[in-house]
Amino acid sequence: MIADWLERKEVCICAGSGGVGKTTTSAAIALGMAARGKKVAVLTIDPAKRLANSLGLPELGNEERLVKADVEGELWAMMLDPKRTFDELVEWHAPDERTRDAVLSNRIYQELSNAVAGSQEYMAMEKLHELHQEGRYDLLVLDTPPTRNALDFLDAPKKLAAFIDSRTLQLFTGPGMLGLKVLGRGSGVALSVLKRATGIDLLEDLSAFFSSFGDMADGFRERAERVNALLADSRSAFVLVTSPRADAVEEAAWFHHRLLDAGLPFAGVVANRVHPPIPKGNPASDLEQLLGDEALARRVLRTFEEERRLATRDRKNLAELRRRLGRKPMIEVPHLDDDVHDLAGLRRMDEYLFG
Amino acid sequence: MASLLDKRLVLVTGKGGVGKTTVAAALGLVAARHGKRTVVCEVAEQTRLAQLVPDLSSVSVDPEQAKREWLQYQLKSRTLAGVLGSSTLFQYLTAAAPGLTDLVTIGKVWDLAQLEPRAGGPAFDLAIVDAPATGHGLAMLSAPSTYASIARMGPVGRHAERIDSFLRDPGQTGVLTVALPEEMPVNETIEFERAVARELGRAVDAIVVNALHPARFKREELERIQAVEARTPAARAALASALSEHRRARAEHSQLRRLRRAASAPVLTLPRVFEPELGRDDVERLSAELERRL
Repeated sequence: MIADWLERKEVCICAGSGGVGKTTTSAAIALGMAARGKKVAVLTIDPAKRLANSLGLPELGNEERLVKADVEGELWAMMLDPKRTFDELVEWHAPDERTRDAVLSNRIYQELSNAVAGSQEYMAMEKLHELHQEGRYDLLVLDTPPTRNALDFLDAPKKLAAFIDSRTLQLFTGPGMLGLKVLGRGSGVALSVLKRATGIDLLEDLSAFFSSFGDMADGFRERAERVNALLADSRSAFVLVTSPRADAVEEAAWFHHRLLDAGLPFAGVVANRVHPPIPKGNPASDLEQLLGDEALARRVLRTFEEERRLATRDRKNLAELRRRLGRKPMIEVPHLDDDVHDLAGLRRMDEYLFG
Repeated sequence: MASLLDKRLVLVTGKGGVGKTTVAAALGLVAARHGKRTVVCEVAEQTRLAQLVPDLSSVSVDPEQAKREWLQYQLKSRTLAGVLGSSTLFQYLTAAAPGLTDLVTIGKVWDLAQLEPRAGGPAFDLAIVDAPATGHGLAMLSAPSTYASIARMGPVGRHAERIDSFLRDPGQTGVLTVALPEEMPVNETIEFERAVARELGRAVDAIVVNALHPARFKREELERIQAVEARTPAARAALASALSEHRRARAEHSQLRRLRRAASAPVLTLPRVFEPELGRDDVERLSAELERRL
């Protein structure tokens, strides 16, 4: 079924809230498509080695690595290093070596490229775009970052573009306003207050950062626009990953709404860890008869009833999600007895994702 | 556990979906039973914690509000803070300044844990924070240290340093990490413990392994369950659910053992709750379990 969603697609973006099995699903989709003859690369920016572990690799780096998966096509995997991607972009856009070095060695830049919410997400999109341009793969599968809010990464290109927007830069680098002069003139009260609040040091760094970064703003903005265009392209597909828990379902419904609002191509939902429906009827007396042990029968019955409660909840929550999504395709992957964390586990998921 | 309750601030960390909010709520109830004036805090516009334990004091940290309070404190003037806070320049600066949102958020949390909160309001003995899931909450924990080094001089730097040393001080701040008994969450918990040692030079106080399946059946009982043949679909499903629960419990216990071997912090467990959605009663039960194991 996933194979239908991804027919003629070149980019598959797996999104969803934390703890729903996004990385595992991304890996299983990539493995499944590779098994069906495609040359696939799966990308993550989560440094926690989830992807590497599930593919049986000790670790992943900023370069693609071939996964020994014995498939008809090819499966490659990489962990994006947002910091390095950002550095590469600066190197690419810098008009000269001096500007490049000034930016790369600026402390504001170093912190920004390392830690700022949004910049990591943006860099994931950027790398996705770059790999797509190079055209070496039939399909790219992106495991989106585990952001606080499952949607943050969608805004990342826009946010970064706004951040480096020339109007912002002018505040810091307008005529005659370089360095400390920024603090005294022009923006008046706000700036002098700011100086008191932050100490001069921070502002000097910010000002220096903006003045050297200014030359690259246009290049970055154009790039961000192209990344946005790729996400909205009909060759891309967003797959929403969820669990049947109420909070995850709520987030998935909201996410779907946002995708449509943003005009992004939504392919379908994968619901993980679904408790399968339990047959009707009360097996209490049967169990007692079969097992010949009242206490044991009671414990089995209790396990069964717990399972049934969760199955009922899952039915209800997924029905609600279906209702809110309209007629959109949904694939259910049952709650498997074993923890899925390796290639064998991914292959077990295949039957449900592609069955 | 007693020592955990004697801190001023406890950060409950962990990846998304592991039950951090539930554990923070349960710990809040334990603290309240011990007579601590307790406040539970959430960040990033969450209100789930307050809904779980409506009887405890709670705060949901709004980063925008925290930014205004922080400015006011730094400038010692409401008027100036108002001028600056509403200026476009400040909006740009806070977008640009790395980790400022994390800093003001953890700053707000730190303030709640002070005996005389500068934001006013009641004083608490203990503040329990449901930390953000991103990167296990490490980014927020290390924001003050990052800031102290960016703004070397000036009030921001000094303030960041105070928060940073408070977070590093095991007498004042506790770190409780929540995990699930599965392969990847266990790996990540082990890595998180190392990262906390590396970045903050401190230890994790305790690890709570949440939602552990009960091991209900003895081996000979399982053999009996496997041997019998059910005639009705419901009985067949019941026997199958007993077997699969046993398989899960066994896998989980082996993950738990692996975590215990690798972790330096004590590892506690909480049982799985088989309720469709968690309610106040469930949190109460979990808090009793937590108290016993602390």
